[in-house]
Amino acid sequence: MRFAARAALLACAAAAVSACAADQTGTQSASAAPPVSNPYPSTYAPYPDRPTALVGATVFDGLGGEMRNATVLFENGRITGVGDASLGVPAGYDQIDGTGKYVTPGVIDIHSHLGDYPSPDVGAHSDGNEATSPTTPEVWAEHSVWPQDPGFSRALSNGGVTSLQILPGSANLMGGRSVTLKNVPALTVQGMKFPGAPYGLKMACGENPKRVYGGKGQAPSTRMGNFAVNRQTWIDAQAYDGTDRDLAKETLKAVLDGEIKIHNHCYRADEMALVIDMAKEFGYTVSTFHHAVESYKIGDLLRENDICSAVWADWWGFKMEAYDGILENAALIQNAGACVVIHSDDQDGIQRLNQEAAKAQAAGRRIGIDISDAAVIGWITHNPAKAMGIADETGSLEIGKAADVVLWNGDPLSVYSRPEKVWIDGALMFDANDPKRRPVSDFELGQPGAGDVK
Amino acid sequence: MKMLASALALSVALVSPAIAQDLAITGATVATGDGSEPIQDATVVVRGGRVVAAGSGVAVPAGVPVIDGTGKWVTPGLFSAVTDLGLWDVGAVEESDDREAEASPFSASLDMSVAINPASQHILVSRMGGVTRATVIGQPGSSIFSGQGAIIDLGEDPDTVTRARAFQFINLDETGARLAGGSRTAAHALLRNALREARDYGNRSGIAGTASRPEAVRTGDDLPIDPRMVDNETQRGEDVLLTRFDAAALVPVANGSQPLYVQVDRAADIRAVLALKNEFPQLDLVLVGVHEGWLVASDIAAAGVPAVAFALDDLPVAFEELAATQSNIGRMKDAGVTVAIGPFTDDFQPRFAPQFAGNLVGLQKVPGATGLTWGEAFAAITSVPAKIAGMEGQAGVLAPGAHGDVVIWDGDPLELSSAPERVWIDGVEQPLDNHQSALRNRYRDLDRSELPKAYDW
Repeated sequence: MRFAARAALLACAAAAVSACAADQTGTQSASAAPPVSNPYPSTYAPYPDRPTALVGATVFDGLGGEMRNATVLFENGRITGVGDASLGVPAGYDQIDGTGKYVTPGVIDIHSHLGDYPSPDVGAHSDGNEATSPTTPEVWAEHSVWPQDPGFSRALSNGGVTSLQILPGSANLMGGRSVTLKNVPALTVQGMKFPGAPYGLKMACGENPKRVYGGKGQAPSTRMGNFAVNRQTWIDAQAYDGTDRDLAKETLKAVLDGEIKIHNHCYRADEMALVIDMAKEFGYTVSTFHHAVESYKIGDLLRENDICSAVWADWWGFKMEAYDGILENAALIQNAGACVVIHSDDQDGIQRLNQEAAKAQAAGRRIGIDISDAAVIGWITHNPAKAMGIADETGSLEIGKAADVVLWNGDPLSVYSRPEKVWIDGALMFDANDPKRRPVSDFELGQPGAGDVK
Repeated sequence: MKMLASALALSVALVSPAIAQDLAITGATVATGDGSEPIQDATVVVRGGRVVAAGSGVAVPAGVPVIDGTGKWVTPGLFSAVTDLGLWDVGAVEESDDREAEASPFSASLDMSVAINPASQHILVSRMGGVTRATVIGQPGSSIFSGQGAIIDLGEDPDTVTRARAFQFINLDETGARLAGGSRTAAHALLRNALREARDYGNRSGIAGTASRPEAVRTGDDLPIDPRMVDNETQRGEDVLLTRFDAAALVPVANGSQPLYVQVDRAADIRAVLALKNEFPQLDLVLVGVHEGWLVASDIAAAGVPAVAFALDDLPVAFEELAATQSNIGRMKDAGVTVAIGPFTDDFQPRFAPQFAGNLVGLQKVPGATGLTWGEAFAAITSVPAKIAGMEGQAGVLAPGAHGDVVIWDGDPLELSSAPERVWIDGVEQPLDNHQSALRNRYRDLDRSELPKAYDW
């Protein structure tokens, strides 16, 4: 218990972002502007852990490093050592034999709708798109998250996912704030909230907003309408002085102030280039283009603007924007020196981000772009952490970082491998060898298949 | 007449099929697709478009060109059960999409074979992924019946459809219940009525195989005449629900000469489908989807009904799939069910089949899970779906007499790092380029200094 509290404090300090500071200062000025910037604070605290040594496995550190027969140590929720076989196991550590196995940082999905579009996928659960106005920066995804979504447990046990960003859907040009979660079962979304993680703003290019609102006979009904509505909204946000509280403009102002990261659903190369110009016009930056199936056409532009591309390995054909999708997208982006993230946007795909990364790697290799296994693991660990603003805390195996760790029963880039154990802040949250070390959501309890290996 | 003849000659000239080449591949790891494990240092021989031999110790006949398969894997082409190949271009572009006919007055009579486009990128992309044959079906639109599916090959020629009207497809899941009027009871009532109308219509219409006319003489794999073609009778009962076309289309379902594929998920619904055989013993059923199949696996096995089941779905996305698990297929297989991986429609592209199968192999290492051996998993995307499609021994397998559908892979075909290098269908080597590969080639570098990328092709 004592350790847990300490780790939570550490998490806040390490992340060093405004939301944490507000925990201490926000209440002082609650009755007047400026508003409480963190009104739904994280109550997440790491679960009890044990000092643990993973010995003898192949380790990918998330930063491009690979070590065979390595040792990874963690204690009090933090990585305390990563090294070769000469790194001794301190007294009191549980030693786990990793021979023939692999260790990676916890997998991170930058694009998930778990909780907002949970299972069962019924109308009563459809809480991911506030599709009533083309811009809804006032909504927050965390207010829709149903913590009982069984999808969280599958992402943990099959995908080794330890952190994930829940985004609003793409019906709107500005869909609302994202929330970053630790993938632990909890009764409340606050109990899952990643302490100190910055918010994101979900934006969407192209077909979806114009289809949704054009279908209602209102703007935007075209791509030029998309930009017109976006630009006017930014102009209005620039004029906001914060005197009267306006939820939408508070979010947009925080974007302009650099506190909230832009996650922009955008498939086409030409549209991404326009968004980059729009961001410059209004003085903000884009963290990541999501669903960026045409990034391979503009890898140079993305590198120059330091924008990540969150991509699938091989989704294709479902809409015009996806028609130019190719398997080599991720490899070509990496080859151009730009940042690659593999994302899911899917309750099934999130269980196999490692496999999607492997497919994308293999496609590159077939055209002579050889990207190391260690770098490819970075596509699903450090790169999403960086793009989400939590890389100081997780996404790599470095001393002092959170002990978000996956022990795989084989090469994580092989189709034949699965997570064997998953730790979040040093707490063992999944163990394939222990049927009880597997979450069963309230929804599943007492239903057919409850507690199955899934 | 003369003009017609010359037009025919021209069309023959344009579509003249490529000639099957004799070939032998030696020294490769060969997986025959029949459920057995891969064979090291083996040989595959194809002559006249058919497999002659596959295995170790196979001699290459004189005069047959030899390909060195050292370091490669050689397999039959993948057979994808229940796809929508060739029926659409872009999902969100309605005009390009022939999978569904929501506003049509027809349902069971819809014939997919007339719409399949052999030049579809979905066919080209799937071929690049090693898929050589498939069954094709649309989506339910106006009715629980989505129409008559086809069996196709993915060869680069206009002769795509191997068998038109190969099976009928019906939804008896939640989707079917909504389409039938709002409930499962409505779907079952509609089905029973439809089969009775079909039986009655068949008895009066002179369709072969019905009481009014004996079984047609079949000469092999020929197609029975389309029942719609033989009947000019318009007089029918006064309370019929089916159009004449739809009733005629269901005659072969009612008499068991055309399989009925049933999309169904919930364990109780699967039992209800199996129970249809009590009322309609001639039904030739195939289950599709089957998320909760493992809960009733022994019933399915006892009924001798094969299944095309989702491999990796493990979430209660609907109330009819509360028990969904990746162990579903393995458990059904262990119970004796003939089970293939599928369906491959919409975003489940047929080229993903090896990844799905590989995952089921991976399950063998997960305590409490039930997976498949490598041989079983590979069979679940080759010979088993071919068998379910009525092509046992003819496709999805490297066995003497089978179609010469052969793939050379650069590694274990179920592994994420592997891909087809060369593909033959009926002994004809196939092109593996498409829209995606052309884009890949254009953007391999980003140099736009001399001319725009539009000149790079």
